[in-house]
Amino acid sequence: MTGSIADGPADFRRAAVAALADPALQQALGRNGFAQRRAQAIAALPEYPELRAAAAALKDHVLDHLDHYLERFAAAVEAAGGVVHWCDDAESAVAAVLGVARACGARTATKGKSMAGEEIGLNAALEAAGIRPIETDLGEYIIQLAHEPPSHIIAPASHKSMADVAGLFRAHHRDRPAERPLDQAEILVDEARTILRPAYGVAGLGITGANFLIAESGSAVIVTNEGNGDLTQALAPVHLVVAGIEKLVPRLEDAALLLRLLARSATGQDLTVYTTVASGPRRHADPDGPAAFHVVLIDNGRTALMGDARKAMLRCIRCGACLNHCPVYGQIGGHPYGATYGGPMGQVLTPALAGLGAARDLPQASTFCGRCAEVCPVAIPLPDLMRHWRDEIHQQALDPPRHRLALALWLWLARRPRFYRLAVRAASFGLRALARGGCLTAAPFAGGWTRGRVLPAPTGPSFFTQYRSGGNEP
Amino acid sequence: MAPRVGLLVTCLVDLFRPEVAFAAMRLVTATGATVVVPRQSCCGQPAYNNGDRMGACLIARQVVAAFEGFDHVVVPSGSCAGMVTHHYPRLFQDDAEFGPRARRLAARCFELTQYLADVAPLQPPAGPPVTVVCHESCSGLRELGIGRQARTLLARAGATVVEIAAPEPCCGFGGTFCVKFPELSAAIADRTCRSLAATGADLVVGADLGCLLNIAGRFGHLGGGPPVRHIAELLDGPPTAPPIGRS
Ligand code: SF4
Repeated sequence: MTGSIADGPADFRRAAVAALADPALQQALGRNGFAQRRAQAIAALPEYPELRAAAAALKDHVLDHLDHYLERFAAAVEAAGGVVHWCDDAESAVAAVLGVARACGARTATKGKSMAGEEIGLNAALEAAGIRPIETDLGEYIIQLAHEPPSHIIAPASHKSMADVAGLFRAHHRDRPAERPLDQAEILVDEARTILRPAYGVAGLGITGANFLIAESGSAVIVTNEGNGDLTQALAPVHLVVAGIEKLVPRLEDAALLLRLLARSATGQDLTVYTTVASGPRRHADPDGPAAFHVVLIDNGRTALMGDARKAMLRCIRCGACLNHCPVYGQIGGHPYGATYGGPMGQVLTPALAGLGAARDLPQASTFCGRCAEVCPVAIPLPDLMRHWRDEIHQQALDPPRHRLALALWLWLARRPRFYRLAVRAASFGLRALARGGCLTAAPFAGGWTRGRVLPAPTGPSFFTQYRSGGNEP
Repeated sequence: MAPRVGLLVTCLVDLFRPEVAFAAMRLVTATGATVVVPRQSCCGQPAYNNGDRMGACLIARQVVAAFEGFDHVVVPSGSCAGMVTHHYPRLFQDDAEFGPRARRLAARCFELTQYLADVAPLQPPAGPPVTVVCHESCSGLRELGIGRQARTLLARAGATVVEIAAPEPCCGFGGTFCVKFPELSAAIADRTCRSLAATGADLVVGADLGCLLNIAGRFGHLGGGPPVRHIAELLDGPPTAPPIGRS
């Protein structure tokens, strides 16, 4: 067993504790080396600060004029012979995809990697409708076999060891020799490729996500390292793109700017291996390509972020750097967040997507170390946005009553320095009375602390007690 | 004229380690300043980071009023200094009265090592020839952009500073995070403890008592590890109190 999957974001702490106790997961975590490779790639890009500022400004511009760019995009898609489906929520997005799949009579659908597809629960919906989804991205394929959600936005199976993958392949690829060696990454990649190749030819529908949508030309841009996305969209008779509305950029050049930041921030590559632009269905002169082109544009809670500072979250280009640099994510992986998006970006996004009540633990699960904001290529102030959610949680009284009570009591004291001083004096006295050898292993109201830590005892009466007894009057 | 410096003691120092504040007073006094400790409680981070913006504003107003009369304000904690310099101006962004007052205070408020290295340079007395490793607090690193200052001061005091192999992201303290998610906090602290211990340093020092309580608390739980102290104790001459969490 690897990974601890929360039933939903409300389950966060329990799932996090289970993840900490899972030796296989602990071994798998932090193995990808993304953070080091990112550091090297950024160090080799002297113009990074300017690119980052330009990228953030570009995204802000689009968000400020989102209606305009959405309309332009839709007009361009339609002019090229494609169809745009506007979807407010996951249900309508799923319905749109199923509508297209039924209309083209697809029995199987190949899929490129798409977090938007994960977000709307596309695989389950396709299966329920009798359409077989086949993930063609290796990581997605692995977790599809394991019936698990992705644990990382760019490396969905990063919680799996090679042995886990070999076990899955043995269990599912029954027509292969049972005793074949499966102990090297290349062998696994080869086997997956051989298994997946026939799928491209028989799929009635090819579904991809989009890294960028180009308003000017109505194109969808995807980046992959395996080339699977290209085959998915080029070989199926119908190509369907699922993407969030925040993927819009005005022109192809704008995507080029973001591309310079994306791969470096994600894997430390200068560019991903394949960058592919899809613009509408096959034209008369084209030798191949899909006969039909659909774009399912999903909102699903995104515009609800537009009213305040949280709008900055929609700059996100899904590079995964904030996950790779997060001390919390680094301990538990993505599954305990109980949502499509884990790590810092998920902690801001999930409350908007899943509702604040269900996701109320996520914005709290941060030390506010600030590394995520520091490495974000579009300068999203993730801790500040988590604090925004914390404000809202507190306003709506969604935080646990005992936390509220403790906070209210503390606030009452902190606003009255004279009483505060007496309370600190008493706490100091009590803690010193209970201490043994300079510390405490248990203390009233400190159960959280003393689980896994000793509590250092005060070294003497509080500062203000000592200061005043020295004849000072603060 | 000697500058008047207000000392923001911080609530953790007040309760757990008063010697840090006394050491800070002596160190700042040694730079030629007059140190004053006005009536105070806390900087308001517990409210601010737990969604009680209103409560945070009430406390921040108190702090602004208590400290705005000084030439400088010195804080022996990166996170409380960051709260005043970084977050107070934002809290009062739209406040016509407290906005300007908070911004003025922010410009004159310094974390202790920042003050002693950059603002009023101090030559600390030579201490014992120890090998120390510095733990950086996240707020020091990322809100205040400091780190170099502590090393400069330690070197001036005759200590040998060694560095951890790979910079660790965070010690896992995180204010109330450490009691809301104690298991995660301890697991994150483990990584930090391991890399600090691996340096072989005689002593761990830092400028944020929150981090230091967490690190010393985890070392104490695991049984072992180097002693841990606030940097002010070391710069102030041979420390008299036992290391954090020891007797
Ligand atoms: S929030 Fe920033 S760092 Fe995180 S995935 Fe999005 S773009 Fe990357």
